Amino acid sequence: MNTLIVIAVILIVLSLVYQWGASTSRSVARSAGVKMHSRPVYYGLLLVLWCAIPAAVVYVLYSLFAPTIINSMILSYLPADVAGDPQARVSAMSRIQNLASGFGALGDVPDYERQAARALTSLRWTANLAIVALVAVVGVLGTLFARSRIGPEYRARNRVEWAIKALLITCSAIAILTTVGIVLSVLSEALRFFTFVNPIDFFFGTVWNPRFSSTGSGGQGDFGLLPLLWGTIMITIIAMLVAVPVGLMAAIYLSEYAGAKFRFISKPLLEVLAGIPTIVYGFFALVTVGPFFSGIGAALGLDVQATSAFTAGIVMGIMIIPFVSSLSDDIISQVPQTMRDGSYGLGATRSETIRKVILPAALPGIVGAFLLAVSRAVGETMIVVLAAGNSPVLTANPFEAVSTVTVTIVNQLTGDTDFASPQSLVAFALGLTLFVITLCLNVVAIYIVKKYREQYE
Amino acid sequence: MSAVAAEASTGRYETIRIADPVARPTKIAAKEVYVHYGAKEALHHVSIDIPAQAVTAFIGPSGCGKSTFLRCFNRMNDTIENCRVDGVLDMEGEDLNDHSLDVVLLRARVGMVFQKPNPFPKSIFENIAYGPRIHGVAQDKAHLQEIVETSLKKAGLWEEVKDRLNEPGTGLSGGQQQRLCIARAIAVSPEVILMDEPCSALDPIATAKVEELIGELRQNYTIIIVTHSMSQAQRVSQRTAYFHLGYLVEEGPTESIFNNPQEKRTKDYITGVFG
Ligand SMILES: Nc1ncnc2c1ncn2[C@@H]1O[C@H](COP(=O)(O)OP(=O)(O)OP(=O)(O)O)[C@@H](O)[C@H]1O
Ligand SMILES: [Mg+2]
Repeated sequence: MNTLIVIAVILIVLSLVYQWGASTSRSVARSAGVKMHSRPVYYGLLLVLWCAIPAAVVYVLYSLFAPTIINSMILSYLPADVAGDPQARVSAMSRIQNLASGFGALGDVPDYERQAARALTSLRWTANLAIVALVAVVGVLGTLFARSRIGPEYRARNRVEWAIKALLITCSAIAILTTVGIVLSVLSEALRFFTFVNPIDFFFGTVWNPRFSSTGSGGQGDFGLLPLLWGTIMITIIAMLVAVPVGLMAAIYLSEYAGAKFRFISKPLLEVLAGIPTIVYGFFALVTVGPFFSGIGAALGLDVQATSAFTAGIVMGIMIIPFVSSLSDDIISQVPQTMRDGSYGLGATRSETIRKVILPAALPGIVGAFLLAVSRAVGETMIVVLAAGNSPVLTANPFEAVSTVTVTIVNQLTGDTDFASPQSLVAFALGLTLFVITLCLNVVAIYIVKKYREQYE
Repeated sequence: MSAVAAEASTGRYETIRIADPVARPTKIAAKEVYVHYGAKEALHHVSIDIPAQAVTAFIGPSGCGKSTFLRCFNRMNDTIENCRVDGVLDMEGEDLNDHSLDVVLLRARVGMVFQKPNPFPKSIFENIAYGPRIHGVAQDKAHLQEIVETSLKKAGLWEEVKDRLNEPGTGLSGGQQQRLCIARAIAVSPEVILMDEPCSALDPIATAKVEELIGELRQNYTIIIVTHSMSQAQRVSQRTAYFHLGYLVEEGPTESIFNNPQEKRTKDYITGVFG
């Protein structure tokens, strides 16, 4: 409620500022008898920007630093023995915060805590008043400053343009910086893992057997990446064997044979299919597909496990079909119509045209699409968690249970985790490996797709 | 009775036809051709005789149906989803519009060159070899090479590309690409070549080369060309047909159409009053 009122007040103030700027520019133009550089809208907007941005900056700085400052002031209320002991200090501070916020605290409340809470309440009150006043003053000053510059020569339109550009840059910077931040944090944790385990043992080890950290004694266990990587690769290969032929042929049918009406209906349908949550596919694999395959295996006298690389790969392939066909369809449709006309005009049949002209022309783009699909398969988690069997062994038999990099990350991070032990930290090393693999695939794919686009400009 | 009066009385427009001073054998006789796009009639009862071993030019304002009519001759309208062609296109006793006719074989006999040069993203050699390959024309590799060479020679491109046959066709200049497309059409030895504004994407020099080529090809092929350039129609064609809003208004020897048009609409168009 309170927040709503504050927002409403801010909006009202800003719209008044806007009106003021716009009307000022009109009256300046009228009294000077000249034409302003920009339309009144821009002077209004500029005033709004000058009012809001400096005030917002002040407020952001306040919220960044004020808690620290206030906390250090409260610290002086604590007795020396509490302030000196980090653990006691943190718990005392949080009790004080709760008291001050009116939530109360459990157990006996010592006198100093009560005092500190009272001080904190009044400090907060003054700080709030001060910041409201400060923000108001800065806003008014900014507005007045901008107002004083309004004149026929003042290029408000260009300034607003500049402000919009700055806003957009900020947003993209946030997107990029978060990515960089994530990568860096994963990287630093992975490096910590490598202080426990030799990178060579990790990347080239063939045994995966991390003992639980709680058992403690007797070595750390084996952290060999290869069984997991092989599981990932095997499942990805099976998935692509399913998805590529089916997806590609579906795309060819859609773009070259299907009528406009069918296309109109089925294209969005395919895209919906691509949006089904992967856990649903995982379920499907676990409950339906796995038992089905093991039943067939039993009938043929083969030992096929219900949860196996085969089950997970087939279902993952089904999941990727719409992805492959949708991307390939886009790329095939991009092959110019004149190419088809040229081929048909020479008397080629439809399938000859597709095989000899359209597919070769679209090939680089299609390969790019496949690589994107591979990188999706490599990073896919839910299906393999449920359907691959979670058995980290090096095996060439697709009908046996395997484990993958993603599944292992899930395993290592669920349950009780101690983030100082290699058993948990290995998840970051695995994540980093996965990240590097998919990054490389995506970079290559994007490069190929881009190159292909240029061909027909 | 004038044509306009006839149209008013019968609701049907009668094409004005002027015979050639020298009689030419007819290659294709179009009779009462109608084309519909969905419910819309784009071409109304067009009848025309296309002379053999000569260039016939289709002219007329944009959207009057020239391309639509041209595409009837090799059934390219079949590739357009809601397009329907009615009527008879009699090529030496065979109806091109007969739906039991094999369009694949037809298109080998009636080749087409498009407005925008559209070489395949393959080598120059493969571009030319494409048609002979799919029709199984060449007996062996040497024969195929021979076909490629003669086609390029006929298209006047051999000297320019003989050292770079393995380079992509898309790497040629626009004019060269268009001549490559002509060579590609010639390679399957068609009897008729259709050209839809073949020079509209070319500069004057490349245009002159293509026009010269058309003049040479006329000795052996029947050519129909759609063009927006009056001067080009006069330079390359022997007969001209003027289309207007889906009607064939007037057809006759190029000279007589340009020097002595019978219809006001034709006259307005070629003198630039209209369109
Ligand atoms: N694929 C199509 N679907 C529906 N209508 C079409 C289609 N192609 C052409 N038309 C219509 O048919 C009429 C004749 O078109 P056409 O392309 O034959 O004209 P044109 O004489 O070749 O024109 P231009 O000189 O601009 O090339 C036009 O009214 C056009 O809108
Ligand atoms: Mg046209």
